Amino acid sequence: MIADISLNHYLLLGALLFVCGAVSMATKRNAIGVLIGVELVLNAANINFVALARFARDAQGNPVFEVEGQIFALFIIVLAAAEAAIALAIVLNFYNNHMTVDVDTAEELKG
Amino acid sequence: MSAFFSWLSESWSYYWPAIIAVIAAFLLITFMLLGAIFSVWLERKVSARIQDRLGPTRVGGKFGWLQTLADGLKLLVKEDIIPTSADHLLFRFGPYIALVGSFLAFVALPFGDNVVAENLNIAVFYMLAVMSTEIFGVILAGYGSGSKWALFGAMREAAQVVSYEVPMAICVLIPVIVAGTMNLTTIGRQQTGMFWNWYLFHDPFTFCAFWTYFTCATASCKRAPFDLAEAESELVAGFHTEYSGFRWLILFMAEYGSMFAVSGIATLLFLGGWNLGILPFELSETWLGWVGNLINVVVFLVKGFLLVFVMMWVRWTLPRLRIDQVMMTCLKYLLPISCALMLGVSVWQLIFPGGVLPLGPRPGWWNAAGAPAMVGH
Amino acid sequence: MAPGRLSPGGGMGLMDAESIQPILFWILAGVTGGCAIAVVLAQNIVRCAVWLLLTLGGTSGIFFLLGADFVGAAQLLIYVGGTLVLVVFGVMLTAQGPFITMKIGPAEWAVATTVGLLLYAVLAASLWTWQAGPPNERMDDSHHSLSSTVLGEALLNVDKATPRSNLAGMPDSAQARPRKQMGYLLPFEIVSVHLLVVLIGAAYLARAKRRRGVAI
Repeated sequence: MIADISLNHYLLLGALLFVCGAVSMATKRNAIGVLIGVELVLNAANINFVALARFARDAQGNPVFEVEGQIFALFIIVLAAAEAAIALAIVLNFYNNHMTVDVDTAEELKG
Repeated sequence: MSAFFSWLSESWSYYWPAIIAVIAAFLLITFMLLGAIFSVWLERKVSARIQDRLGPTRVGGKFGWLQTLADGLKLLVKEDIIPTSADHLLFRFGPYIALVGSFLAFVALPFGDNVVAENLNIAVFYMLAVMSTEIFGVILAGYGSGSKWALFGAMREAAQVVSYEVPMAICVLIPVIVAGTMNLTTIGRQQTGMFWNWYLFHDPFTFCAFWTYFTCATASCKRAPFDLAEAESELVAGFHTEYSGFRWLILFMAEYGSMFAVSGIATLLFLGGWNLGILPFELSETWLGWVGNLINVVVFLVKGFLLVFVMMWVRWTLPRLRIDQVMMTCLKYLLPISCALMLGVSVWQLIFPGGVLPLGPRPGWWNAAGAPAMVGH
Repeated sequence: MAPGRLSPGGGMGLMDAESIQPILFWILAGVTGGCAIAVVLAQNIVRCAVWLLLTLGGTSGIFFLLGADFVGAAQLLIYVGGTLVLVVFGVMLTAQGPFITMKIGPAEWAVATTVGLLLYAVLAASLWTWQAGPPNERMDDSHHSLSSTVLGEALLNVDKATPRSNLAGMPDSAQARPRKQMGYLLPFEIVSVHLLVVLIGAAYLARAKRRRGVAI
């Protein structure tokens, strides 16, 4: 298992990044910390896509997603950039209105 | 004895790729170090001559060859100062990120025909990508210093470098459109022969693209006239105000390294790379293999350092631009120019796909294999 | 597909690997995973961004290891050189004091750790029980990276770019199913225009405005 690197290793690494991103989204009080968690989740998905592009084989042993996986990963990278830009714009507006980026102070719509 | 060698080769063959990689990395970092030493000496001599004085003349003979070595020794024994308001981890970390970004670019830079650490299929794109991570070293260095001059310098510089990457990438794309590949070794091979094979003279759009690329490369290396991040008269020393001794040396090795890397890209894409340009054949294939390769490497180094010399020459000649002028130059001038050039070269390639004059590398008596393949899988 | 060649010595030690791929994988996975965990644990937001930078760099290395050169370089150029610079600028603009940290209580840490470990256990267990068909091949040095020419041809829907194959889960048919007629160029253009529109919108949204209640 240490010397035989196969698909499962990469998927486990992707799962680790995903869990770290999800916990980061849940626990960080800084709004930009939440955004960083989102980036980690997207990177986990990217690792999964590219690993499956490399390893996925059909019953005859031909590679199935060799190109598609990498193209999807490129799309995800571009869309993550767009989403990060909008999220930062929202955070900056929040900062301009509340003088803080602490998400615990975002209570105006509560109850 | 033969049993020993067969055991040695059998057990070490697993690690052979790793050993080769370590040797190549060692050679590259040695080259970066020697290149930085040479560049610092060259800068001092060039600046001195332009300012009508002599420069270093004492250490190491009449021309002060060893001045940089003496400076390096001095920097190594200097006291290691970290300001109290500095973030220790980021302050220590920043210069190394800049150095790594600059060093990784050399992995894909061919010094001769297939004299390259890793012959990547996407060499040019890879080099641009890793050099774009260098800006993080600057940001961390500026922020981690805990001083407002450093922070201002780092932020201005980050904005400048990130903005100039766009026209730089477009200008790099222009000879790639002509060449049909991003593999730098293949692009170099396509320019064998006389100097009119160089992509500089291929069509007017690549000719203009060279000057635009060189301007953008100067800006992305934070060199004058775009060096407001280090503006001595305004910000003390910008992002490296608080750096002294060995860490400052690392930052400057990164800067001179990336200067040579962008000059190397310009040489390969526009100026024919390792080809001499006055012989109608490829040296390493006709003469004794390794002598031709050596001449190719020397020619490449001369061309690369010639472009570095031009950067230094421009630095000590032109006055510095303000930050708003820098951003205006990028967004209002260089970006539309590079987009127009890309449009022009695409139209040119559609109309004249094989070039205007039949002067491309021809199969001939020097190359029995025929013309080099243009597009490779 | 037969697994990679095994050395004549047998066994499962590191020396039996035919290449340095396992060493590279463990180094890169260690860096990526360790820095991802550090992102969660970091209290200072700037250090969090630095660990994210290293995680993204490690991910790019993983892409290179998997033979996706173009995606790895694009990750460095776009994610590290673009998105992360944006995030760091956001951090600098909203920092309310030198190296301010926002701490959460120990109870929240306990809950977060438990939930995180449970989630990871569920994901890992699902991998263990998943039989994906032919046994997973080992990595060795014989796999070559996908060149950018193949990617470009796939964008333009050239059939010979990659071999057709039967996708699992589709209704059975004797022949390989044809690839969609579109290629990937149109989605790529749509995504590019989308990015442009989003960036313009974000720049407009984040423009400097008069702060409510504070005279400028």
